[in-house]
Amino acid sequence: MIVENVLKVNDLYVTFDTYGGSVQAVRGVHFSLKKGETLAIVGESGSGKSVTTKALMGLISKPAGRITKGEILFEQQDLTKLSEKQLRKIRGKDLSMIFQDPMTSLNPTMKIGKQIMEGLILHRSMSKKEAKKRSEELLHLVGIPEPENRMDYYPHQFSGGMRQRVVIAMALACNPKVLIADEPTTALDVTIQAQILELMKDIQRKMETSIIFITHDLGVVANVADRVAVMYAGKIVEIGTVDDVFYHAKHPYTWGLLGSMPMVDSEEEQLFTIPGTPPDLTHPPKGDAFASRNKYALQIDFEKEPPMFRVSDTHYAATWLLHEKAPNLTPPAAVKRRMQGFGKDNIR
Amino acid sequence: MAKYIIQRLIYMVITLYIIATITFFLMQLLPGSPFNNLGGKMSEAQEEILLQKYGLDEPVPVQYFQYMAAMLQGDLGISFQYDNRAVTDIILERIGPSATLGAQALIVGSLLGVALGMIAAIRHNLWADYISNIAAVIGISIPSFIFAGVLQFYFAVKWRIFPPSFWEGPIYSVLPTISLMIFPLAICARFMRTEMLEVLGSDYIELARAKGVSNGSILFKHALRNALIPVITVLGPMTVSLMTGTLVIEQIFAIPGIGEQFVRSISTNDYPVIMGTTMLFSVLFIVVILIVDILYGVIDPRIRLTGGED
Repeated sequence: MIVENVLKVNDLYVTFDTYGGSVQAVRGVHFSLKKGETLAIVGESGSGKSVTTKALMGLISKPAGRITKGEILFEQQDLTKLSEKQLRKIRGKDLSMIFQDPMTSLNPTMKIGKQIMEGLILHRSMSKKEAKKRSEELLHLVGIPEPENRMDYYPHQFSGGMRQRVVIAMALACNPKVLIADEPTTALDVTIQAQILELMKDIQRKMETSIIFITHDLGVVANVADRVAVMYAGKIVEIGTVDDVFYHAKHPYTWGLLGSMPMVDSEEEQLFTIPGTPPDLTHPPKGDAFASRNKYALQIDFEKEPPMFRVSDTHYAATWLLHEKAPNLTPPAAVKRRMQGFGKDNIR
Repeated sequence: MAKYIIQRLIYMVITLYIIATITFFLMQLLPGSPFNNLGGKMSEAQEEILLQKYGLDEPVPVQYFQYMAAMLQGDLGISFQYDNRAVTDIILERIGPSATLGAQALIVGSLLGVALGMIAAIRHNLWADYISNIAAVIGISIPSFIFAGVLQFYFAVKWRIFPPSFWEGPIYSVLPTISLMIFPLAICARFMRTEMLEVLGSDYIELARAKGVSNGSILFKHALRNALIPVITVLGPMTVSLMTGTLVIEQIFAIPGIGEQFVRSISTNDYPVIMGTTMLFSVLFIVVILIVDILYGVIDPRIRLTGGED
């Protein structure tokens, strides 16, 4: 069965002007998103995950930030070419977003009902009455009891988990085709995290929304995602299905990420760490950006950027180790044990 | 809410009582007496009679209790300066120009200031921002009486657009209002700019943007209310500075207002007028603070006021 792509990103570049120079936050990102699919984007802070999604939403703050190259194809139109006004019609309707911190992402001086209704009135041209009814349904859908009464509540009258439910209700208001969730559970405590993830999966099943899920919690990825893209220094370095990336990771950076994940029943005393820090993207290094932190780096890594090598139809990775002339390497033993560990389903 | 207001009203009465007491005794420290500035033309016997007439021959504590008892009945006494004129009458006659002036300056000044601050925040780091910044710094650092002089010189003397002084119609209030409103305008603009920038950078504004809300709606429906909260805070102190500002401005523009009367009552030891005006200013001030506190709750639901909890 061929499922159509909802969204396709081609060779996207985003640059920010700062006092220290231009930061190339995103440097040639490619990916596609299918209908009803969940794509997780993982990577450490500053790897360009959030910037990528902000670019999708057209929320890159101008004039300091701008998309310098590439296209974002959504329903046969290139979002990078649309005017602010045209983008506004898509934002919140077809593409919507859930933010990281529910404590700060709701307007503190506006009743939550009004905040949910706003999008409906704007995009669906509903009357106030219809919007109110639909908002109550949405609140019910995200598991908020007594929605009729809660409509008049202000955000401070809710707990963090409840607020995130409200944010989700807001994002779902217009049945978006793509839902971008920027670390939606990071600011919540663990039990609430699990509930919110369940809720998102449940809603996805009901509404057939495609989700882009940004996180640095690999446990969450294994739980929710169909495919995973690993980002490093503004690029996707490995992309594949959850199985591909978790069991057959090819990129040394992905090994590092997997190895640095704590496991419940691990006998190892020490957690694996990736030495060094991410490169300064004002002056991106020549060759592979990860080379200086990579103990498997080859000579060519310092000279030439690796292309995306095809591992299988679903699995691609950008490392010279996949070149036919490269030595045949296997991941370090600790990472291997991790990979096998996933099979025992001992991650959340 | 009602409970809260009642509680505040009780505090208000206590505060007013303390202010009245302190003012009454401080007033006794004023040099001279109400009747010695007639240049010694009065005999001692005459002065004695006058003192007796106004009850000033009694010991100070007795005077204090007499005054307080009268005040409780709404009687603020009789002026020493104007024969047989009740202080309440003088205040009522004089309060019109002052209230007009103060209200105009407060309303126009704060509205313009908020608008200016908003423009500065939107045009952040562009020329409009710089201009409003410079204007705000000038407005805060230069006292109102200097503006008054400059405005009088150019607009009244040189260009003859507005009358230089007196109070004979709305046009007479233009120059004093402008000199008086510069300060609230500058303060509001500063606060508004800082706050607006912070609010515009907040997550909930980005979320509103992600919902596809237009820039205008973001500004007025989402940002303005949040950015106003700190501005409300300075409204209280600002009103006070306006009140003291009127004292000087009324002198400069020869406006027959309460401030002008207040200054004269001090230099002539007109005790009942000093007391009455002080009490009036105090009541106004306390009421303004109460209004500001209530406004807070109206604007920010997180601080809806409840009685008796703290």
